[in-house]
Amino acid sequence: MESTSEASSTQHSVTTDAEAGVSGVSPSNATPLLSLRGVSKQFGAVQALRSVDLDIPNGQVTALIGDNGAGKSTLIKTISGIWAPSEGHLFWKGEEVHVHSPRDAARLGIATVYQDLALCDNLDIVQNLYLGREETDRGLLNEIKMELTTIQTLKDLSVSTVRSVRQLVGSLSGGQRQAVAVARAVMRDSQLVIMDEPTAALGVSQTAQVLGLIRTLAARGIAVLVISHNLIDVFSVADRVAVMYLGNLVSSGPAANYDTASAVELITTGETSRTATSVTSTQ
Amino acid sequence: MGLDSTTSSHPLVHQLKKIRQGDSGLLPILVGLAALVVYFQIRSSVFLSAGNITNLFVQATIFILLGMAEIWLLLIGEIDLSAGFNAGVGGAIAVILVDHQFHWPWFLALGLAMVVSMGIGIINGLLVILLRLPSFIVTLAGLLGLQGVLIYIVDRQGTGGVVSVQEKVLYNLVNGNLTPLWTWIVVVVLVVLSSIVMLRGDQKRRRGGLPGKPFFITVIKIVAMAVAGLLLVLVFNTNRSSFTHLSGMPFAIPIDLFVLGVGGFILAKTKPGRYLYAIGGNIEAARRAGINVNRYRLMAFGLTGLTAGIAGLLYVSRLVGISDGIEGGTYVLYAVAAAVIGGTSLFGGRGKMIHAVIGGLVIATIDNGMALIGLSAATQLIATALVLLAAVTVDSVARRASNNAR
Repeated sequence: MESTSEASSTQHSVTTDAEAGVSGVSPSNATPLLSLRGVSKQFGAVQALRSVDLDIPNGQVTALIGDNGAGKSTLIKTISGIWAPSEGHLFWKGEEVHVHSPRDAARLGIATVYQDLALCDNLDIVQNLYLGREETDRGLLNEIKMELTTIQTLKDLSVSTVRSVRQLVGSLSGGQRQAVAVARAVMRDSQLVIMDEPTAALGVSQTAQVLGLIRTLAARGIAVLVISHNLIDVFSVADRVAVMYLGNLVSSGPAANYDTASAVELITTGETSRTATSVTSTQ
Repeated sequence: MGLDSTTSSHPLVHQLKKIRQGDSGLLPILVGLAALVVYFQIRSSVFLSAGNITNLFVQATIFILLGMAEIWLLLIGEIDLSAGFNAGVGGAIAVILVDHQFHWPWFLALGLAMVVSMGIGIINGLLVILLRLPSFIVTLAGLLGLQGVLIYIVDRQGTGGVVSVQEKVLYNLVNGNLTPLWTWIVVVVLVVLSSIVMLRGDQKRRRGGLPGKPFFITVIKIVAMAVAGLLLVLVFNTNRSSFTHLSGMPFAIPIDLFVLGVGGFILAKTKPGRYLYAIGGNIEAARRAGINVNRYRLMAFGLTGLTAGIAGLLYVSRLVGISDGIEGGTYVLYAVAAAVIGGTSLFGGRGKMIHAVIGGLVIATIDNGMALIGLSAATQLIATALVLLAAVTVDSVARRASNNAR
């Protein structure tokens, strides 16, 4: 059954950001930190992204959900500079930008925490946090400064279960490793932190730790974009939800506009006939 | 969650905890080395004579240097099987240029030899990096090719496949000594400097508000260093020749210590050194962190070549010449064995220059001891193989234990 992404379908659907106007949906200040307009990505004959419009405001957690193959990973790789979009525009704080490499993204303030975390198990927490941007003192590594800053960063993120920052990362639990990966993103004064399936491999208490970390980031004014399969986690931490289906961004809006049933329907069919109980549909 | 790696209770308890968790460091190997020494001394009373110990140390310096050469690459998960013949070619170039028809000044000849060896390492590296070939195969080809080059260079001199060293500096690298006075000076200076560095490092940590290492452990380390230094001086300064007077530390040892110091410093205190560990641990993570991984891989290949070149100079000094029949293949295997026995991992990400020292001493001890008690070549080879297996097994079992303790 063909599904269209036009909001002019007769179904009730939550408006996309493009229609509501850039400032229409988010309750915070005017311009979202990052806006995508008409972003498409083609790999040969495969259309991975189709004209995606998305707003990511700072100080809020945006959850990107969708089935496997819907284009979530492609979308974040486009934002973080690994792919350049085939079409479309990216706006950072209202101005158009071109992100051609991970370095460009890092310079804007975009940090990505990949699913495999990209940590070196044979190095300790301090060494991982500073990997690639070590502090030096006359050419030599300034271990003391790096160690002190690491301790402070972990404290600011309320990571309390790590006993020594000189522990090898390979000996940490899954939740602690996530925390280290997130701390590394935060230390770069990132303004947008993207996390790909951060709780996928974690148990209950570790998941709670990571979700708490995500909320702490948002409370500090950082924009967080989280990809997750786990709708429970999504609804416990997200301020906004964006749903992808077969390369289209079929729906986005405040998390209050969605519930589990409508989310599942959007994920699997691209449309929903339901609305969350507290909001009337807009058209 | 389990692992408590901060210094909680008494430092001795902490050390025992570390051993139980599998992070035993150098301790088992040192114990093994001590056991070997005791065994050989019981079997042959000349083992611990001044002459034999000096001989053992000199033998060891070459294994140690080749081991250090391999560690640069083992850290990033690569290997150089051509290092033995790279050393041979470097040594041959030095020998030929200082003597016979070239008569180059020693610093030019030795300098060129080291440059050529480094260049060979870089060529290995370019083939591995640009063509994406496995280093095992590239350096295996190098082993065969360089053996051919060596035979060609040496035989061309027309001296029957052997070229001997008559030049003084090259001869003295291994066969010459510091005077007893200078032996004292060098050892005392080294022990004092190391102690100052350790204490000051600790002091800076405490001033920064960080927990320093327990004073107890630092003191033990300093005392151990001083005692070892003292014993070495006494051994080297004893007259070890029965018909003339021969004493003092052979030059080869300060040369080795210099390379050890520079290499260890690079690995522990500089960004390139840190990046080698990162590349060996998770090359993709290093890449995503913005590290130019190919640049540092090439650097490692070059450093392996350079260190092998230095080993080659000591080697030809010890042989008082170069022959076209040197066993470069066996030597490189000893080099890798030395690194692994000392605790370096073959899979990358773990190792230190000091490992080559320990491993080199173990191999030299076995070599020397077995020859002294008159074991056949066959027995020696088998015994060395068993030691290597034992060392790797102990290390592997300990690592598995530490992974399970998580």
